[in-house]
Amino acid sequence: MAEINANTPWQDLTIGGNIYEAGNARNFKTGDWRSVKPIYLSEKCKQCGLCFPVCPDDAIPVNKEQKREDFNYDMCKGCGVCAKVCPFGAIEMK
Amino acid sequence: MSIRERLSGNEAAATAMKQINPDVVAAFPITPSTEIPQYFSSFVSNGTVDTEFVAVESEHSAMSACIGAEAAGARAMTATSSNGLSLMWEMIYIASSLRLPIVMSLVNRAVSGPLNIHNDHSDAMGVRDSGWIQLFSENNQEAYDNLIMAHRIAEHKDVLLPLMVCQDGFITSHSIENIELIEDDLVKEFVGQYKPEHYLLNDKEPMAVGPLDLQAYLFEHKRQQAEAMRNAKKVILEVSKDFEKMTGRKYGFFEEYKLEDAEIAIVCMNSTAGTAKYTVDRLREKGIKAGLLKIRVFRPFPAEEVAKVLSHLKAIAVLDKADSLNAAGGALFEDVVSGMYVSNIHVPTVSYVYGIGGRDTKSDDIEKVYNDLSEIVKTGKIDNPYRYLGVRGDK
Repeated sequence: MAEINANTPWQDLTIGGNIYEAGNARNFKTGDWRSVKPIYLSEKCKQCGLCFPVCPDDAIPVNKEQKREDFNYDMCKGCGVCAKVCPFGAIEMK
Repeated sequence: MSIRERLSGNEAAATAMKQINPDVVAAFPITPSTEIPQYFSSFVSNGTVDTEFVAVESEHSAMSACIGAEAAGARAMTATSSNGLSLMWEMIYIASSLRLPIVMSLVNRAVSGPLNIHNDHSDAMGVRDSGWIQLFSENNQEAYDNLIMAHRIAEHKDVLLPLMVCQDGFITSHSIENIELIEDDLVKEFVGQYKPEHYLLNDKEPMAVGPLDLQAYLFEHKRQQAEAMRNAKKVILEVSKDFEKMTGRKYGFFEEYKLEDAEIAIVCMNSTAGTAKYTVDRLREKGIKAGLLKIRVFRPFPAEEVAKVLSHLKAIAVLDKADSLNAAGGALFEDVVSGMYVSNIHVPTVSYVYGIGGRDTKSDDIEKVYNDLSEIVKTGKIDNPYRYLGVRGDK
């Protein structure tokens, strides 16, 4: 499917906004909706693994060693669930 | 050879649906269109058609089921009237904006309230800006013919818009008249197989329908709909031409009846045109140069073409069987006069709201309108351009 963005003229848009490919939710940057931002304090993190399963939007990347990395702010809506479950105060909402 | 029959308007619509044999029909009964899904469900039970009939619990669901079916790649049809269409209203806009060529048989009835089951056009007028193609039918034959042409128009790649075929509740839906039916195999060939380019059940191409469409996109998608509606004009004429080749019955945007040399004329839609033709003939016998313009295609509105065929007249009356309650004229009146104004054609034109709630409109009433027009031609004066025909209390 050809790239569509906010500069595409009407003649080049698909009708009705149809999307002719699967797995396109990752192209939708829901991080735009965020009003508060989680900050990852790596020095306090024990890699206990409680935070990333509760993220409703897959905004906490986990690497091959099963360790969490810094937030993916493209997807994080700032709901704060991760900060709430962290027992070590390693996530601060700002 | 075509088949000579005598059918009511509802029977004619159901017969057209039987011959079209759509994949899905989802409908809920409402007077006066009830018979259409009723007859059709008997075709389903008898095995005359292969259609999946969805007996829904409301019209909102009927239209929703049609939307789901059509998006999946099926050909879907429905029928309704009045408040049934009102209950569909939300989904009516979804159907057209998702560009799903659903075909509906709309048997026109007054929208409540107060409660009324008889004919006027307030249901169709309520959705005139919804992006549906609207074809109007004078009698059972036209309701049938318009339905046979409907899918070819709606499903055309340059159009892809839903389409409703209107006919007058009770006046045509329940009166039995002669009709010429087309043979089943000819209809099948004419309507053809539905082959959507994109559809949900295509396992080769996963797709999403109806995504969130915010400030950056909705305007462009509406612009596309507007273009499709413009394209529909050309497609309607092409399909009508093919239909004429098959049946000999000629259709355009409108029918001009003794209009060419007329001095005064009425513009109206649906069954009233029949009464008006009778009246025109009577007046012609008296040497009055009366004519009629019967609109068939109301959406898209053929503004330029209407203006052109009315340009030579000395006075025009536009009859609306629905009041826009706008302290100005009816919807058809406004479309006609704005079309003329834009084409820089200026003919004295008056609006008549008539026949509300099934109020009988007789040839004497129509004659009164022509008499009023003669008076306007004679005096050159229009005291009140926004008139009512047949209401108690107004002259």
